[in-house]
Amino acid sequence: MPYISLTEPEIREMLDRIGVETIDDLFAPIPEQARFTGKLDLPAAASEIEITRELTEAAVRTTTLDRMNSFLGAGAYDHFIPSVIDHLAGRTEFYTAYTPYQPEASQGMLTAIFEYQSMIAALTRMEVSNASLYDGASGLAEAVMMAVSIHRRRKKVVVSAAIHPEYLATIRTYLTNLDTALEVVCTEGGVTDARALAAAVDQDTICVAFQNPNFFGNIEDVVALSRIAREQGALVIASVDPISLGILAPPGEYDADICVGEGQALGGELFFGGPYFGFFAAKMDYIRRIPGRIVGETEDGEGRRGYVLTFQTREQHIRRAKATSNICTNQGIIALRGAIYLACLGPHGIREVGELCLAKSHYAAEKLAAIPGYRLAFDAPFFKEFVLECPKPAAEIACDVWPDGIQPGVALSRWFPEMENHLLVAVTEKKSREEIDALADALARAGAHESGTSARGAGR
Amino acid sequence: MIIEEKLLIERSKPGLRAIRLPKSDVPELRAEDVIPSHLMRQAPPELPEITEVDLARHYTRLSQKNFCVDTHTYPLGSCTMKYNPKINEDFIRSPVIRRVHPYQSEGTIQPLLRMLYDTEEMLKAVSGFPAISMQPAAGAHGELTCLMMFRAWHRDHGGEDRREVLIPDSAHGTNPASAVLCGFKPVEIKSNDRGLVDLEALKSRVSGKTAAMMITNPNTLGLFEEQIVAIARILHEAGALLFMDGANFNAILGRARPHDFGVDAMHMNLHKTFAVPHGGGGPGSGPIGVSAELAPYLPAPVLRRDEDGACRLDYEREKSIGRVRGFYGSVGAILRSYCYLRILGEEGVRRVSDMAVLNANYLRKLVGEVLRIPFDRLCMHEFVAELTAFPNLPERPALQAAKRLLDLGIHPPTTYFPLIVNECWMVEPTETESKEDLEAFAEAIRQIAREAEEEPELLTSAPHTMPVSRLDEVKAAREPRLTWKG
Amino acid sequence: MAVPADLKYTKSHEWVKIEDKVVITGITEFAVKALSDLVYVDLPEIADLTEKGHPYAEIESVKAVADVHAPISGEVDEINEEVVDNLDFLAHDPYGKGWLAKIQISYPDELPSLLSAGEYEKLLTTQE
Repeated sequence: MPYISLTEPEIREMLDRIGVETIDDLFAPIPEQARFTGKLDLPAAASEIEITRELTEAAVRTTTLDRMNSFLGAGAYDHFIPSVIDHLAGRTEFYTAYTPYQPEASQGMLTAIFEYQSMIAALTRMEVSNASLYDGASGLAEAVMMAVSIHRRRKKVVVSAAIHPEYLATIRTYLTNLDTALEVVCTEGGVTDARALAAAVDQDTICVAFQNPNFFGNIEDVVALSRIAREQGALVIASVDPISLGILAPPGEYDADICVGEGQALGGELFFGGPYFGFFAAKMDYIRRIPGRIVGETEDGEGRRGYVLTFQTREQHIRRAKATSNICTNQGIIALRGAIYLACLGPHGIREVGELCLAKSHYAAEKLAAIPGYRLAFDAPFFKEFVLECPKPAAEIACDVWPDGIQPGVALSRWFPEMENHLLVAVTEKKSREEIDALADALARAGAHESGTSARGAGR
Repeated sequence: MIIEEKLLIERSKPGLRAIRLPKSDVPELRAEDVIPSHLMRQAPPELPEITEVDLARHYTRLSQKNFCVDTHTYPLGSCTMKYNPKINEDFIRSPVIRRVHPYQSEGTIQPLLRMLYDTEEMLKAVSGFPAISMQPAAGAHGELTCLMMFRAWHRDHGGEDRREVLIPDSAHGTNPASAVLCGFKPVEIKSNDRGLVDLEALKSRVSGKTAAMMITNPNTLGLFEEQIVAIARILHEAGALLFMDGANFNAILGRARPHDFGVDAMHMNLHKTFAVPHGGGGPGSGPIGVSAELAPYLPAPVLRRDEDGACRLDYEREKSIGRVRGFYGSVGAILRSYCYLRILGEEGVRRVSDMAVLNANYLRKLVGEVLRIPFDRLCMHEFVAELTAFPNLPERPALQAAKRLLDLGIHPPTTYFPLIVNECWMVEPTETESKEDLEAFAEAIRQIAREAEEEPELLTSAPHTMPVSRLDEVKAAREPRLTWKG
Repeated sequence: MAVPADLKYTKSHEWVKIEDKVVITGITEFAVKALSDLVYVDLPEIADLTEKGHPYAEIESVKAVADVHAPISGEVDEINEEVVDNLDFLAHDPYGKGWLAKIQISYPDELPSLLSAGEYEKLLTTQE
């Protein structure tokens, strides 16, 4: 085995030193009834050559994003990733280290996390950021749990129906076992219904959580939503697309209490859904309730600047049963990618990426809505994603255009049975005008003839 | 000489750029024309303005201030800091895995789904469980998911008022924290003088209120719970369930399968046992294995393989607890473990635990010549040593010695855990350390023990060779500076 | 170690000053010394209910959290917000400016079980 450096004579010598005859003897503490004596049902060992060949074969039967014209989004986006990220985050000194328990031997990662926190705080205009959580969905659930721990006497969490359905499902799972009610506020015209929200929020409301741009791509009136929450003393939780923050108001500007979001768009690969990272920022007032790791600056005995994990008394390894979260680590290396991405883009680049997304998605929306039979489902302002209403079920449309190598977006019937003809179309800065025009042509053809749908290669 | 590394923001100069974006090929659009002004950003974010050269220098220098598995012996107990094979990194860089969107149609990604399915099958084989979910993002997350499932199972089986979860005093802090998050009440079970769960204490605590027990096996002392079968029986007879924290699974791979010895659900740490790199803190991955009875409660979606050979994600699961995160799971991490298990094969997997346990016991013998080993008998993958025997080192000797170890080029073991041993180190060498490395570790401890007698200030002022000496954690907590803005 | 004679005490190192229908409470000098390097005090909210012997506040040092136990059952009447920003009050004047909370007495019959200064001093000699 290539990863073990013990030779047979060494093993013999070690066994003698331990005072046992055989390797089997080392496992004597496992009682006989608990032992497994069979053969594990595993494939035979493969060599690197064989395993690599398997990938080559897999490539033939896979259509990767690079071999299609994709407008898929809905929480995971194909944004541009600068080359420098792989080279720096791919350094083994970063990725084969563990959580920086020994700060003197981990200044590299600790400094990098401190800078990550600084840049997330700058981007969101929040006062403090943690070192990151698992992903956007669980990050939002953690934010809700944190709010529950802050407003111990209140009993109701209010969430907009326009957040990602999987995020809503995650919140639901986390709240199931607590004595806290969950109220979902309906949408009107593709955005959170402010009147319904005002009716739902009262003195018993712990927090109001919304997403911006929301799941349908639309820009919420975050200022109005936050005001409604604050008037009743409820905490404001904003889940945001970090790529939008060069253009859209950051949560700190509308006085949000907690800001979370999916960090994948910041230099993260798509990987069929993970690993990503959830960024998590909040007001300093809540520092002792924030889940996850936090790095702080301090100095050593000689006055040199250095970084340590701080506020550790919040965490499970000290507080155990009284911790408000069970999170141990962060998403280290993926968050590092996020930090390098933000440093790479800088204040102007992040705005430019946003402007490109905005211009291209609006070009696409205008073009697609002009096709007979198609129209935009909502009038609300949007950022990089919009809902297109098709002349027939969106899943069928997707099958129709697949022979052209196009994935036109995500069919919303997946979560909303009443939106059978609705397609969620994402347009990032990577899409070219030609690709958008090709989508328009394909949709026009698919809309023109109602029959003859084929499922060639397109699955569900 | 080590020069203090400037922060990115301190290198920032107006006008510098690390990346250029293409010019727009669509008609110009002013954001002000389509977005109401009160919903727009007022001032640009204070991000650094630097070049790619600055970035490369900065992060490369930072990386050099880190100890890592590729540069140092890293025997952190219960963290299984084994070598991370490079093929795993290349494997997941394949576009087949990396360039795939989570909502891409399943027909276009059958090979990927098949690899995920096969990973589940391999995890079933090593754990003995009939059902797996790979959704949880980390060990603590998997643990939480299992407890949520327990809660739902009890609710369906007339046990809604079973709220107590028994947890040994040697357990990781995540155990009680996870229990509380599910609305359970943790009840501590004392260890006996052999470092194992006290069966009598357990019996006296089990009742009609008991929902479950959370056990770590081998436990955090590196000892196999010899009474595990009896423990499982006691719980099951009382109508309760048994969860196993799989942090220490590396020790028993191929030698014992948790479901076989009575465990109802467990989590596995792919970043420990199955060679996913720890990433400086993440991402990990915490798949769970559960009994057939619990399978309907698994988070959705669940991966299945139909008779036609196609793999599909099944979202329609009536009894499912729901979701614990977005999308399917940490695929990039999971498939590193797929690659690892394929390279190891059946024989290799057994070799892992054999050598991990051999290394730990050999090191225990060597270290035992210098330090006290409170439970000095055959251990599994790790052991706990006590550092109390240094009269010239009255204050926090486990900490002082750990800091000195850094000077000798070794990452210290886990310190001050488990909580039931004073001034302790938890040492887990893993199977990938060589005999020379183990002997070098023992020699370093011998040197430190000598220094503790003769020059204790060498320890109390350590480390001397790191970029910084000991950092003021009181100042960090009292005068928090958590961003570069202060 | 100062143990003022006019106060009552608990085994878990809280002091109590009985004033008609309320008690003022805090932690003893012994407790302050044992904790060392304090970084934060988490006080209850006004109107929170306390239960004798159960935690009602927390004191943090860098790597530990200590529970402060309620000496009596009752309702929190007032908290010392100043101590949150001035941990030195606790460190230097635990029986004065470092008080933590005033609690309305629910069951006066709980009071006799509190320790006298003499009894508490005796307890300390067994712990040093």
